[in-house]
Amino acid sequence: MIDKTVKNAQVAVADIPSNCMLMMGGFGLSGIPENCISALLERDINGLTIVSNNAGVDDFGIGLLLKKRMVKKMISSYVGENAEFERQLLNGELEVDLIPQGTLAERVRAGGAGIPAFFTPAGVGTEVAEGKETRVFEGKTYLMENWLKADFSIVKAWKGDTAGNLIYKGTARNFNPIMATAGKICIAEVEELVPAGELDPNEIHTPGIYVQRIFQGVNYEKRIEQRTISK
Amino acid sequence: MLTKDQIAQRIAKEVKNGQYINLGIGIPTLVANYIPEDLDVVLQSENGLLGIGPFPTEAEVDPDLINAGKQTITLAKGSALFNSAESFAMIRGGHVHLTILGAMEVSENGDIANWKIPGKMVKGMGGAMDLVASADNIIVAMQHCSKSGESKLLPACSLPITGIRCVKKIVSDLAVLEVLPEGGFLLKERAPGVSVEEIKSKTAGKLIIEGEIPEMIFD
Repeated sequence: MIDKTVKNAQVAVADIPSNCMLMMGGFGLSGIPENCISALLERDINGLTIVSNNAGVDDFGIGLLLKKRMVKKMISSYVGENAEFERQLLNGELEVDLIPQGTLAERVRAGGAGIPAFFTPAGVGTEVAEGKETRVFEGKTYLMENWLKADFSIVKAWKGDTAGNLIYKGTARNFNPIMATAGKICIAEVEELVPAGELDPNEIHTPGIYVQRIFQGVNYEKRIEQRTISK
Repeated sequence: MLTKDQIAQRIAKEVKNGQYINLGIGIPTLVANYIPEDLDVVLQSENGLLGIGPFPTEAEVDPDLINAGKQTITLAKGSALFNSAESFAMIRGGHVHLTILGAMEVSENGDIANWKIPGKMVKGMGGAMDLVASADNIIVAMQHCSKSGESKLLPACSLPITGIRCVKKIVSDLAVLEVLPEGGFLLKERAPGVSVEEIKSKTAGKLIIEGEIPEMIFD
């Protein structure tokens, strides 16, 4: 088996340059690559374009990269939880491309699957459709959307093996499996890293072919945004 | 006038046995509290879950289990987990039977606006555009008027729209209305104590009134 293991997050992100395009898995703060975000904060790079469903919160997740002014552009579907984001956006210091969530997911999936464009009903008749090609299929209008690909995709899984096979847990799966497919280099951080052969092949969510680097992360905080308890 | 919980309670009466349902954030989330226990339905969470269970106890809280509103949840019996592309594949593919979401404005031809107020901070549309463009059965939970008393049921939306000709039914704090395919809000029910005249005066779009309009019945 090809061994994809790297020592830690610092090594995994060491060659990510300024002005490149990154994908980062996660929905809200669930399933975000905490270790790689911390390691990126230690790097002296900027001008990043980040594809991520959300933009973290002020003091956690991608919010930390924003605060350090490392991000030039966010490509997201919902960014509402972040005051620093808002400040930079209103000051013209940050670009943002807002995309319907299903379109974002499918563009990433298409990027990883070699499909340059597809037609979706989402956004027809809205400002999302401005400047885009439309076509009618069976009487309904659809919008053409292009694939999304990245220089690096950074994902977080629950378990992984040295061959890069990944298993996710709960709703922390979200965008991680599709982003793993759409980066030229995919970096995976996992809570538990085992030797190849120890994970059940029937249960693999992301086959190792998509993953170039894998390491076992440390000190996961897994912050909860809306702790809601049943009464 | 209905409270938010009463709007949710009235919408829950639209739920049918065997449905897969997507509930939006806000009042729609409350609908789950009022679905009769003898109905077998499955709630879809767009971040990758079919089968949302109740909120967890303190001991059950798991940061790897959240809903689309980022609240902690549990898994219902028989639930399934999947990635975001698959989640929206089942939404766009027409496999979700009922979508319930909030709105800032609805037009008489069924256009909905619920994602952006120009000049204010733009937070993004999340999954709303995919949901409204795909679902055959969309019920909107909303306030009939703004805080300053202006109607939110309009001839045409004034805010940037989320989707065109998609809303089928509205439950507001004043009334239940159907949006007709040819255009217009057909008044079906009044909130307890609310007159047809009041609904008329607070509906800017074309309102259609046929015969006696019954009051809503709550169990």
